[in-house]
Amino acid sequence: MSIERREARQPWILLSPALVSVVLLLVVPLMFIVVYSFWLRSAVGADTPGFFLDHGQKVRRDRFHRDIVLSSLKIAAFTTALCAILGYPAAYFIARSRGNKLVLLVLLMLPFWISYIIRTMSWINILGISGALNGALMWLGLTSQPIQMLYNETTVILGLVHFLLPFMILNIYVSLEGIDRNLEDAAASLGAARWQGFLAVTLPLSLPGLAAGGLLCFVLAAGTYITPVILGGPRDAMFANLVFEAIIRQLNWPLGSALSLMLLAVLGALVLIYNRYLGMSQLSKGLG
Amino acid sequence: MGWRLIRAYTVLVYGFMFLPVAVVVLLSFNASQFGSFPMTGLSLRWFEALWSNDAIVRAFRTSITLGLLTAVVSTTLGVLASLALVRYNIPGRNLITTLLIAPILVPEVVLAVALLLFLNWLNIGKSFALLLMGHVIFTLPFVILVVQARLVSIRRDVEEAALSLGASPRQTFVSITLPLLMPAVAAGALFAFTISFDDITGTLFWKPGGVETVPTQIFSMLRNSISPEINALGTVMILLTVGLPLVGAAIARQLAKKSGG
Repeated sequence: MSIERREARQPWILLSPALVSVVLLLVVPLMFIVVYSFWLRSAVGADTPGFFLDHGQKVRRDRFHRDIVLSSLKIAAFTTALCAILGYPAAYFIARSRGNKLVLLVLLMLPFWISYIIRTMSWINILGISGALNGALMWLGLTSQPIQMLYNETTVILGLVHFLLPFMILNIYVSLEGIDRNLEDAAASLGAARWQGFLAVTLPLSLPGLAAGGLLCFVLAAGTYITPVILGGPRDAMFANLVFEAIIRQLNWPLGSALSLMLLAVLGALVLIYNRYLGMSQLSKGLG
Repeated sequence: MGWRLIRAYTVLVYGFMFLPVAVVVLLSFNASQFGSFPMTGLSLRWFEALWSNDAIVRAFRTSITLGLLTAVVSTTLGVLASLALVRYNIPGRNLITTLLIAPILVPEVVLAVALLLFLNWLNIGKSFALLLMGHVIFTLPFVILVVQARLVSIRRDVEEAALSLGASPRQTFVSITLPLLMPAVAAGALFAFTISFDDITGTLFWKPGGVETVPTQIFSMLRNSISPEINALGTVMILLTVGLPLVGAAIARQLAKKSGG
């Protein structure tokens, strides 16, 4: 074989293990559930191959499924908005602080290393019947009986905000850090008050970071399985809980596939819109 | 004035992020029977209880084995792929990069369902191998991102110098590129280990009956109620996943100091 031919084959040899893995373990399985979601679930257990729209329609018509899908999106939207409100000033503070910036950044990275389930269950210690907050309220004499504050939609959102806030702050911080500080000074020298300069210059320039953080928060929140199980009540199921129920408990693969596909379609559409206007590079900036 | 307000706000936000976790650590040292306030004293009894709980020790063994295997496989695949993507001009590079990063963009439940159903259809049941494959697939993007970023900053001329002095491409890789790349390889492996060690959603779908990792063990223990034992387990996990990178970074700095003279 000639040296050039070998040279040309080299990168493909290096790439092939990773590419084959991703294709076999992600791309093909995804195409498989696309096909499977159109099959029909039969009572005898063998699923019928074919092109049936039953499951997609079932999800759209059936109130139970539709409500859960809609409330998942609502919870994700609330979570994202709260993360933005809580995260923006903090990110601004980190970006503009001089002395303790490094400490703040290291602290910000810490939650990424702490298990999701531990961070979620930690709220039981705070809000549970025998948790810290009830203890404090009773000690202060504000209540004689412990109050059940857990297991509702609010605590699900709380848990999600707690989980996703670092993603939001990091993304906003990265875009704030990339803004030329002279721009704010220029605005000030032209007579703008500090808040005017912020609104007219800094905020618009940091919107890509806000959007990247928002996308991540929304996608991760909408697809969450654990938080509603640990912090939600019986009626606070979300998208992923439906999928788990269908696949693992009812063994109804076509329904589970259809639901997964729907989630993928909704979130995929968001990612595409995002990509169209802002590009993927912003997202990898925040991840790296 | 405004600045002080922002600072106070930031302190509150950081408190929100860390207080609940701090409470977990604090309560794991609680001497009282119940996992709650008021604390009656400091004790290590719950950590001792962990040691003598077979299910938990087994879960730790499973999680660590799985994490190490994931780190080895994922880092190997990731380094090879990054080399191809950064060092060669290949057609469709952007498409390939997007494809390799795609597992991050697909919601974990969807990824879990797709892989499980596909392998089930092929008559491959749930197994430790399935768990490993799943973990490799969603840690791979992180390894590739980290290694690629480092590889871009390693100058090509150093490698070319070695080649021009008669080293073979393989020798050049082993004695020049790999040592320079080592920090990124270590970081990628650490990333992969931690993500695998902490993962729960995919693991719940893929794990065979009877096999528990530490997070799924915590999850099944939570069904009863929160106990001081769970807090102790949480504290051990935090020490492991937060402590490991810190120790790693400290060692790396020591080594760098020595080799730097």
